[in-house]
Amino acid sequence: MELSWTKAKAVFAGALGPPLFWLVLFFLVPLGIVWAYSFGHNVGLTEISFTGTFANYARAIEPLYLKIFVKSAWVAGLTTGLCLVVGFPVALAITFASEKAKAWLLLLIMLPFWTNLLIRTYALIAVLRTEGYVNMSLGWLWHGGGLIAALLGLKPIGDFQPLELLHNNFAVILGLVYVHLPFMVLPLYSALDRLDRSLLEASLDLGAGQMRTLFRIVVPLALPGIASGVLITFIPALGAYLTPDLLGGPDSQMIANVIERQFKRANDWPFGAALSFVLMYLTFIAIAIQALMSRRSPEAR
Amino acid sequence: MSDKPPIITFENITKRFGKMVAVDNVSLSVQEGEFFSLLGPSGCGKTTLLRMLAGFETPTEGRILIDGEDISSVPPNKRPVNMVFQSYAVFPHMSVADNVAYGLKVDRVPAAERNRRVEEALELVQLGGLGGRKPDQLSGGQRQRVALARALVKRPRVLLLDEPLSALDAKLREQMRTELSTLQEKVGITFIMVTHDQDEALALASRCAVMNRGLLQQVASPNDLYEFPNSRFVADFIGTVNLFEGVLAVDEPDHAVIKSPEISTDIFLDHGVTGASGGVVWAAIRPEKIELHKRPEGSTAPSMGDAPPGANAVAGTIRHEAYLGGESIYEVEIGGGRRIKVKRSNLTRWDQEDFALGEAVWLCWHACSPAVLLS
Repeated sequence: MELSWTKAKAVFAGALGPPLFWLVLFFLVPLGIVWAYSFGHNVGLTEISFTGTFANYARAIEPLYLKIFVKSAWVAGLTTGLCLVVGFPVALAITFASEKAKAWLLLLIMLPFWTNLLIRTYALIAVLRTEGYVNMSLGWLWHGGGLIAALLGLKPIGDFQPLELLHNNFAVILGLVYVHLPFMVLPLYSALDRLDRSLLEASLDLGAGQMRTLFRIVVPLALPGIASGVLITFIPALGAYLTPDLLGGPDSQMIANVIERQFKRANDWPFGAALSFVLMYLTFIAIAIQALMSRRSPEAR
Repeated sequence: MSDKPPIITFENITKRFGKMVAVDNVSLSVQEGEFFSLLGPSGCGKTTLLRMLAGFETPTEGRILIDGEDISSVPPNKRPVNMVFQSYAVFPHMSVADNVAYGLKVDRVPAAERNRRVEEALELVQLGGLGGRKPDQLSGGQRQRVALARALVKRPRVLLLDEPLSALDAKLREQMRTELSTLQEKVGITFIMVTHDQDEALALASRCAVMNRGLLQQVASPNDLYEFPNSRFVADFIGTVNLFEGVLAVDEPDHAVIKSPEISTDIFLDHGVTGASGGVVWAAIRPEKIELHKRPEGSTAPSMGDAPPGANAVAGTIRHEAYLGGESIYEVEIGGGRRIKVKRSNLTRWDQEDFALGEAVWLCWHACSPAVLLS
């Protein structure tokens, strides 16, 4: 039966129907309800009346919350930048590894996905906390250094002061980079792997060194991959909740933490809904910018 | 050949990929100004040899010299050779002019001189005025010209061409063939071209090296390769050939006779055979060197004049005809089921109608036509 699958209406509907139904019922409808909440206000403890007010949005862009939005964007941006700097050489190394090593390296990149985010974050806590592995190792080194100093007859260097590595912005960024690195590496890898190797050889052949080849040939041709890597790292990082909650200090809360508090402790669902939608609009803007950029570069095709 | 030192010398080059021997102890030299071709079936090691010269592969054993200097430790971006890639490898994100200027920017050529040389190079490959185009606005043939200009603008000692015509359609290929050879005459740069297409190699090259399974088979001018192949492989790879296995029955300084069980006539040669040690030899006769004559009932074999009566002539029956326009190729059965290919030029409009399927014919050839192969 050589029938185009778009023409086989029954098959088409049968294949598309269930997932479509699922999405509408459990995604679009709840989203619509939350969207409606954002235009209402609390009456009593559980009642919300839909008044069509924009008061929640007005409050969402007050300086207090705007600052958190800006900070979230900043943290997500820094995370994305670090992921790009760390991820590009990794993706490049995988691209040029032998076929056998390639499969193993990609597996290593994806391995963290097999572990729950919560467990991975707690593991980071174990590494970073005051009595954690980093401070323990540094302590040993310090102690060893002290012994050598004593042997050489130098002045004692004093006790080791553990570094404050947890519950601050540093920990949040480190955690976000750790969690999001695979999202950056995979699209970069797929872009670099598609690159025609003879282009690199041509660049070398014409006298260019490795660095010039990297920045004049590889990076420009990998731009579509870089753009999609940046986007799918930035968006989840912008809405990060667990990482700043567990690794951050009092000054490192991000917008998702504020939203969570509106729905739970503050019990202000309409305002939480408004904040959520502002976050979503920001995400749409990011996607639109990426789409515009990829349209402007014709070689991205 | 001249006394000048060769521009390129391969000294006992061997390249192994794991257990696979891609190039097996090849020694070869190329003179300045030659259009040299590396010819062979796919996987024969010709491309590997070219890539070693460009610096993309390192020889496992042996040395490569350019102008007498060992370049084994010189990275590809420091070698005085430039390459035109099979896929052209034109940078898709740069304009045509930027592609051509790329190598000059690397060399820090001042902008004014750079622009002049880019313009010259584009004119040379007949792309004048197209410098502003992007590669995706060009045809395949034009992209190849960009690749040529980009390599030539660097004024390399040697230009390397990897299967330059394989991606073009038949008409364009023929046109580019002519252009490549005029281009080489114009710029005077030594060209080394890898190809699997024997027509291409014969038409373009001043000298060819035929390779098979990593081994160098023969290095000679196109004419010598075709007329005096040194092995069955070369005879069969370059053009079409009828091969007869036999023994040397007579081997005098001025003539020789090969007797083969595959053919009922003696194969008479007007020269002696050197290097034959009484073992098996092969007579190779090209299809176009065999004449076809009608064979009426009771006729005797036509005499070729330069061969004794009865030699170099055999009776046959036409079994197949391929009409190719300019010529026709006949398959003629000569007994024992053996078929011989005969090529006949269509000199007049009615030539191709002279012989019909099933017709009885005489096949005969001159004493100078067969080549004797010892391997």
